[in-house]
Amino acid sequence: MNIVYELKHETNEEIEKVQTHFLLEIKNMSLTIERFNKGFARECLYAIRDFHLQIQHGEVVAVVGASGSGKSLLADAILGIQPKNSVIEGSVNYENQPLTEKRKKRLRGNDIMLIPQMTNALDPLMKIGKQVKALVKQKNKQKTVEEIFRKVGLDPEIYHQIPSACSGGMIRRIFIAMALASEAKLIIADEPTNGLDAEALDELLFQLKMLARDHRGVVMITHDLEAAMKIADKIAVFYAGETVEIVDRKHLKKGGKFRHPYSRALWNALPQNGFIPIEGSQPSPAEELAGCSFADRCPIATRRCRAEKPELQKIGKYEMVRCFYA
Amino acid sequence: MLKCKNISFQYNRSTWLFRNVNFALERGEIVGMFGKSGSGKTTLAKIMANYLSPAEGEVIIDGEKSVFPKVYPVQLIWQHPEQAINPKWKLSETIEEVEELDKEIIDILGIKREWFNRRPHELSGGELQRFCIARAFHPDTRYIIADEITSMFDAITQAQIWHALIRLVKERNIGVLAISHHISLLERISDRIIDFNQLKSCPM
Repeated sequence: MNIVYELKHETNEEIEKVQTHFLLEIKNMSLTIERFNKGFARECLYAIRDFHLQIQHGEVVAVVGASGSGKSLLADAILGIQPKNSVIEGSVNYENQPLTEKRKKRLRGNDIMLIPQMTNALDPLMKIGKQVKALVKQKNKQKTVEEIFRKVGLDPEIYHQIPSACSGGMIRRIFIAMALASEAKLIIADEPTNGLDAEALDELLFQLKMLARDHRGVVMITHDLEAAMKIADKIAVFYAGETVEIVDRKHLKKGGKFRHPYSRALWNALPQNGFIPIEGSQPSPAEELAGCSFADRCPIATRRCRAEKPELQKIGKYEMVRCFYA
Repeated sequence: MLKCKNISFQYNRSTWLFRNVNFALERGEIVGMFGKSGSGKTTLAKIMANYLSPAEGEVIIDGEKSVFPKVYPVQLIWQHPEQAINPKWKLSETIEEVEELDKEIIDILGIKREWFNRRPHELSGGELQRFCIARAFHPDTRYIIADEITSMFDAITQAQIWHALIRLVKERNIGVLAISHHISLLERISDRIIDFNQLKSCPM
């Protein structure tokens, strides 16, 4: 009996450890770009205002937001390749240790990898096989690469071709192959679904999931709520540089609704759910906001929303929402 | 009626991209079109808007064969607005490309007056796309081809743009060919839907 008890105790401890152990944890991150206008008037652009994200090993987290909400800068900020005239504040922890500029430099490309949005990011003169091979650490490189190509559905003959011979969909697959070949633990995919047809989209989502099954963390930055709901374990909804909601897919699967009014509006605007647009557009990054960023377009906004900024409230263990009335 | 008669096209001499495509679009109707990427949808759109000429076949617009002095009655709206607008011009100059633009169009599309004084890099993609749509509404425009015009945008912007565009084309009796991968969107907006692969008679 005693032994069993002890074992149980130990597993509990282990579980707790795994649960508090995040691969990447971002709290209150903000990114401000300073620039000078005509006549040396200083202008601040609040590209990211208040961003939260938690991701564990083997998880896919989708960051969903409108274009111009600062999504792509987010990836740059995590990798440390943000514009020179910007200031980042807040805490970013990678494997429970602060991610400093120096550490970012060491980790990016090795532990943290970016799947870029542009399909012209490959070296145009180097053969594809060679570019993927450079990331493989094991012996028998060529064989490993060919195996990975087969895994993601690429013709092994592509090994000896240059990127201009490939279509956009093929290049996205090459990016996935590169992520599989590398030993990166965290993969940030910036708008991986742009311009894919329905079939290719499903395939790509499956491949991202495959990366997560390989015990890596995948952050998918996208504007496509539908795609996010298909694969992500958690969805972080991003509006005007802020995380307004983090929702678990299990909650949605059980028939639960989004909690924040913006996410609900986004859901209602999907063609299969009503196609209802709401008026207006998101506040520009040059604006300084006093209250809630969504207050001007929100159907349930009160005076309090315009005067006071709501903080992220925890719901359960991982879910969060930034609204007084959620 | 906008009619494509036996249109064929090839980029290189050995392979046809598509052959003998026949297709018609009435005024006032919205037709959705989907198909695999790389199958030639955009090429067909370019042929219909007279950016390219077909290798075989012809495009007939309301019974006439394409000699139009000034403004071509088929206007194409592109997927990437930032690539379709001159980056050095103010947006007021871009919009001046259309003479006699109806002021109402600007209001329906939700274009704000203060945007006119800005340059393209100061606006978001969704805002620029509204300018591109407004620019397509010349008084002589009879057909519009919308090639993936909202696939870059979030659901709210997408719904805003399509609601405005549908209202405008129904009021003005303009025919629309909407090309998209997003089938649930096409089911929402179009009067009928075509699979592009069934239009093509030659296999890839």
